Amino acid sequence: MDWLHYKKIYFLLSGIAIAVGIFSLLTWGLKLGVDFRGGSILEYKFEKEISTEKLIEEIKNEGFDNVVIQTTGANTYLIKLPPLQKEDKEKIASATAKLISSTEEPDQATVSAANIEELRFETVGPSVGPELVKKTVYAILISSGMILLWVAFQFKNIKFGVSAILAMFHDTFILIGFFSLLGHFFGAEVDFLFVTALLTTLSFSVHDTIVVFDRIREIKKQRNEELKDIANRALTETMVRSLNNSFTIIFMLIALLLLGGSTIKWFAGALLIGTILGTYSSPFVAVPLLVSWDNLVVRIKSFRRK
Amino acid sequence: MFSPTKKLVLILILTIIAAYISLPSKIPINVHYGPLNIEKTLRRNDLSIHRGKIQIDKKFDLVLGLDLEGGSHLVFEADTSQVDGEKKKIALDGVRNAIERRVNLFGVSEPNVQTSSFEGKDRIIVELPGIKDTQQAIDLIGQTAQLMFAEVGEGEEPGVIPTDLTGADLKNAEVVFDQTTGKPVVSLNFTDEGARKFETLTEKNIGKVLPIFLDFQPISTPVVQEKISGGSAQISGDFSLEAAKTLAIQLNAGALPVPVQLVEQRSVGATLGAESVSKSIQAGLIGLGMVLLFMISVYGRLGLIADLALIIFGLITLALYKLIPVVLTLPGIAGFLLSVGMAVDSNILIFERFKEERVKRQNADALEVSFGRAWDSIRDANISTLVTAFILANPLDWNFLHTSGPVRGFAITLALGILISLFTGVYVSRNLLRVFIKENKQQRT
Repeated sequence: MDWLHYKKIYFLLSGIAIAVGIFSLLTWGLKLGVDFRGGSILEYKFEKEISTEKLIEEIKNEGFDNVVIQTTGANTYLIKLPPLQKEDKEKIASATAKLISSTEEPDQATVSAANIEELRFETVGPSVGPELVKKTVYAILISSGMILLWVAFQFKNIKFGVSAILAMFHDTFILIGFFSLLGHFFGAEVDFLFVTALLTTLSFSVHDTIVVFDRIREIKKQRNEELKDIANRALTETMVRSLNNSFTIIFMLIALLLLGGSTIKWFAGALLIGTILGTYSSPFVAVPLLVSWDNLVVRIKSFRRK
Repeated sequence: MFSPTKKLVLILILTIIAAYISLPSKIPINVHYGPLNIEKTLRRNDLSIHRGKIQIDKKFDLVLGLDLEGGSHLVFEADTSQVDGEKKKIALDGVRNAIERRVNLFGVSEPNVQTSSFEGKDRIIVELPGIKDTQQAIDLIGQTAQLMFAEVGEGEEPGVIPTDLTGADLKNAEVVFDQTTGKPVVSLNFTDEGARKFETLTEKNIGKVLPIFLDFQPISTPVVQEKISGGSAQISGDFSLEAAKTLAIQLNAGALPVPVQLVEQRSVGATLGAESVSKSIQAGLIGLGMVLLFMISVYGRLGLIADLALIIFGLITLALYKLIPVVLTLPGIAGFLLSVGMAVDSNILIFERFKEERVKRQNADALEVSFGRAWDSIRDANISTLVTAFILANPLDWNFLHTSGPVRGFAITLALGILISLFTGVYVSRNLLRVFIKENKQQRT
């Protein structure tokens, strides 16, 4: 099959996805989570359902701004706040007790009688965030650098190495852009786990590309054909494997996304998008790039000969 | 070389051992295994070998992280501004030791206290599994260490009487070796004011005990031999080097006060943790079921072999988690589930190759060729994932990368998963197939 005949369509699709990503990043940016921004998260379980608007109102009355509340399960609520001090947590608990027991001035007894179960409490001071951002950037730079070296070394050809890395950045960038959209419309936050998903995408993308490139290299040794034909042959031979492998990963991730609970929902989502991108980019970004580059080199050479 | 059948027996033995370790130590009553009610009382013994000098005790339990077991992860920032540059390391060791001791007061089963330094900021990370009253723990841990020398009263006033000699009067403490006996002793250096106080104190208490308290806990009870002037003293005794070092660290904790401040806290209640565990198990089982079905429906009998290899993969992985042990966190479980999805990749690569090669040659030959050809791709592709996992897991504790937290848990299980999948996806399934294909050939002839 002549996969590369539709090269322009693939480039167009990727171009659109990247453009949307740039647009979203410029307009809305990324929604940073507590890990990077600093702040507090409180997760409570109540005996009955409450109105989140009213709870926000109560907490705001205690003098807190930027309060966001999400429901995370049956009568469980996640309250997001700026970094809390020691005493602040008690104020929140008493505000919540006020709402649940409908008393104006709840005392210690009312608070404990309201049966508020604290499921989770996280607070990250503002000094921690920048350190984590730096460490994360180092991690991304080091691993992409090492992968570049590995691919370049393995194929002893800069064209292969750069095409694989470009496809990898293509996936990474679209994933970040996509998360900017998800953040704006569905409140997906960029946290530690997102970074982990990003790095996993990075390695999976290259993982998949290497399998196709390996095949190209192998066919090249056996047949004396044009790179375009060799690439087409390699794509046909690896397409089923590529899809099947992604399916098994996607099965695991969908199960995790739907059943794994709210804590890792976005993490599983990011990994899922990353896996799909990684699978797409090997045949439809990395290989077309490689072939286009080769074409260009051939054309320049023949032009010079004339 | 072993024959494939013998290798298969080895694999089988390995699988049985792994399966045995993977089993829960006792299967809880509330779990139903269909009609098999006997399993409810099943108990697995831990490894315990005592033969002569060899003593091996190994518990086969999964170690759960704070987010699954419930507990608190606290990060304190240490303010070392009052301490001179070269003494910073000693001061930090002192704080860490003081915090460790305070944490032990809570009776926490496995507290973990570690220090981390990044760009001039010193942090102390404290992990407290199963703590209910976190605030109390924070208050206690966050105190600055209090060192105090006391007298023992006699007659009318028995008991311990605090003196005005405190940590502020102590310059530092260090371990030195006694010139004559060669044994380790702890040497104390006082400030000028401290020297004066110490002189009066020793003069008053010759032949008596002069207990030293850190955070109101006695750490040493030396007996005063003589009046000591000049501001330096030695505590000798039948110390091991280790004990002397600990005492010096404890004294330094009081001498070089380092205030700490809480900068990060992550507390998870036990209920949420238990819920996460059951949700992940559910997600894992359903995902696994889908992968197993998928492999059979696409590759038929070959898929069955891949499924078998995948189950062996799961058992070995679980067993290794328990043996190493790997602290399982929620992201760690995600890493494991992802590696289950990736584990069949080797098989898919090989089977797709096998389909092509089968057209050209006999089954058994085609099999060997497919494994050989696919191996290059499998190796090259997995190395790129391992590189990333290595950076994320940061096994060498590089300070410029994450040294704790969710990223690490994920990377460790992912890396382990890839390594084991190379074994099960290639070695195990190859030998399973060799036996399987050979029988096929015999049937034909």
